[in-house]
Amino acid sequence: MTLDKLKIGKSGKITSVGGEGALRLRFLDMGLIPHTVVRMQKTAPSGDPIQILIRGYELTLRLEEASKIEIEELSE
Amino acid sequence: MVFALAGNQNSGKTTLFNALTGSNQHVGNFPGVTVERKSGEVKGKKDCTIVDLPGIYSIRPYTQEEVVSTDFILNEHPDGIINIVDATNIERNLYLTLQLLELKVPTVVALNMMDEVRENGGSVDVEKLSGILGVPVVPIAAAKGEGISELLEVALETANRKALPSVYDFCNDGGPVHRCIHAIVHLIQDHADSLGLPCRFCVTRLIEGDGDMDEKLGINQNEKELIEHCVVEMENSTGLDRNAALADMRYNFIENAVAQAVIKSSESKEHRRSVAIDRILTGKYTAIPVFIFVMFLVFWLTFHAVGQRMSDILATGIEMLTQAADKGLVSYGINPVVRSLIIDGIFAGVGSVLSFLPIVVTLFFFLSILEDTGYMARIAFVMDSLLRKIGLSGRSFVPMLMGFGCSVPAIMATRTLSSDRDRKMTILLTPYMSCSAKIPIYAVFSAAFFPRHAALVMIALYVTGILVGIIAALMFKSTLFRGKPVPFVMELPNYRLPSAKTVALLLWEKAKDFIERAFTIIFLGSMVIWFLQTFDSRLNVVSSSADSLLAIIGRFIAPVFAPLGFNDWRVATSLISGFTAKESVISTLAVLLGTSIDSLGQVLGSLFTPLTAVSFLVFTLLYTPCVAAVAAVRRELDSSLKTLTVVISQCVIAWITALVVYTVGRLLF
Repeated sequence: MTLDKLKIGKSGKITSVGGEGALRLRFLDMGLIPHTVVRMQKTAPSGDPIQILIRGYELTLRLEEASKIEIEELSE
Repeated sequence: MVFALAGNQNSGKTTLFNALTGSNQHVGNFPGVTVERKSGEVKGKKDCTIVDLPGIYSIRPYTQEEVVSTDFILNEHPDGIINIVDATNIERNLYLTLQLLELKVPTVVALNMMDEVRENGGSVDVEKLSGILGVPVVPIAAAKGEGISELLEVALETANRKALPSVYDFCNDGGPVHRCIHAIVHLIQDHADSLGLPCRFCVTRLIEGDGDMDEKLGINQNEKELIEHCVVEMENSTGLDRNAALADMRYNFIENAVAQAVIKSSESKEHRRSVAIDRILTGKYTAIPVFIFVMFLVFWLTFHAVGQRMSDILATGIEMLTQAADKGLVSYGINPVVRSLIIDGIFAGVGSVLSFLPIVVTLFFFLSILEDTGYMARIAFVMDSLLRKIGLSGRSFVPMLMGFGCSVPAIMATRTLSSDRDRKMTILLTPYMSCSAKIPIYAVFSAAFFPRHAALVMIALYVTGILVGIIAALMFKSTLFRGKPVPFVMELPNYRLPSAKTVALLLWEKAKDFIERAFTIIFLGSMVIWFLQTFDSRLNVVSSSADSLLAIIGRFIAPVFAPLGFNDWRVATSLISGFTAKESVISTLAVLLGTSIDSLGQVLGSLFTPLTAVSFLVFTLLYTPCVAAVAAVRRELDSSLKTLTVVISQCVIAWITALVVYTVGRLLF
């Protein structure tokens, strides 16, 4: 599944990072790397963008951007 | 001795910079680009300068901030780098550190926010971390001033010894990335050494394939193919592409270092607190009401309760000073023309502008609180989907919001946007956010014509500006700036109380800037206007300003405003002088009508009806930004032609909107 489909409060492990150019480099620089665990924290009032917890800090990205990141959901 | 201060955004860099340098700061630009360059002398140390590099997450040649940071370190050869690292977010912060270590400059890592780490039961084995990274690591708490003198000592000592980072191999697993990097090192070592470039940095650049590193190194076609071969082999064996492979290598190294040297606290108090605060500030139903309330509060405090009150007090003080000076000059028996220059020109012009200093400072106070607490980032988060409708990202909201303070810093703040398209579009839209220098105009006019609905008039003007801005944005979106808004991958830092020192220094900087402008641009402007209105075309002193040089210019332009309902040379003249600074619209009107700011309201009744006053206000709301803002636009757009287009189109839009308002008003009333 992709990161944008993750339910609030659930965690997942990144399997691959897509996107192109600046967006992709930004993902990598911010620590969105395969094998990293992310947790869906919340969404903005309109449902987009989303807020995730990664490497101990809060990161926001849009649904469209999150859909470029493949994850496997982790059971609790 | 020169040190570069480098670090992530939200790592406490500004706080550390202020702690090191105090108020000995100099603000300028990096050469050739529009990224702000702050430098300062270290307190108590002679010939020791710190250059504050922009807050960055990486040194790829991808944003201007990253380019100037890398260029500064490579071309200006600082004696050392102080790399500030947020210990509460150590993994992502060390990512930049590893890239800096490749630059082969004596480096010290300042491990900030150690107080928070300790309070939450975490710890860092500083010596071990220092051993792993191969550079000195100094724990500090910049906000509390802890560890600053130790940091400085270590930095000076490291720079004096010219102690280079001893670790630059982050691929210590002997795997495919290791093989690739080392193969390329062998290929280009000589090239890099002869050019004085740090080899590892060149290798990374070559692998990532960004920029013009191969040309810089003078690599021939054969070598180029060899390098590409190595990189492809690495990609095949790791199953990752080149960029991901390097990022993976760095994060692996960091995770390993952190596992050895850092005992992480479970979940920090600050983070739990942030999550709790966010439940309200970015909550589904509460985010927008809270935001509107906060903005209302800021505006109310600035333009009424605090800022305005202080402005009134200051205005009274200036008035008293003017009268005292006038009395003194008269009893001294000074030449009446000189007296007129000093009192009617300088005191009236500069004084009227100076009295608005408290409002500007109050606004910047609140804006800096919003920024430093971390709420600005949340505003961007909450507002992103809304701004995307007009073709921008949530991050454009912050510069535009600052536009309500002053267009100049707002336009400068657009530099934080990584997309050229978003940056340009935000720059063009910022002038529609009515700046605080126009407040005097609104205040005087609404007090004179709508004393009981002054606040309503103000709000209506702000809303009009925003609406016209939105229309302009929608037009831009489908014409000049097609395409997508920038990615919105942004950190939401923990909420923190801003340090009083940081806020105080920022306010001091803004106040100084404002006062400087008052005594330079506005001082000169006041004198020119005084000259033009005191002398006629044969340089005789005029008995009535209606015969003056200014009247001639004003009369020439005034008919343009006839359709808007204010065909008067004095009004036209005040609008011209408003180009130097918006505050001078009011001071010029005061000077031309031969009255003080306090009694200007009563006199205005002879020039305007309530309807033409509204028409005039709408025009001033939208017409060309002041010369300082235009200069900022020129700098950021890097094109005189485009800037001229901005100026002219703003005037045309203002004229049309005012005409619509005036025509509709006449039909209704």
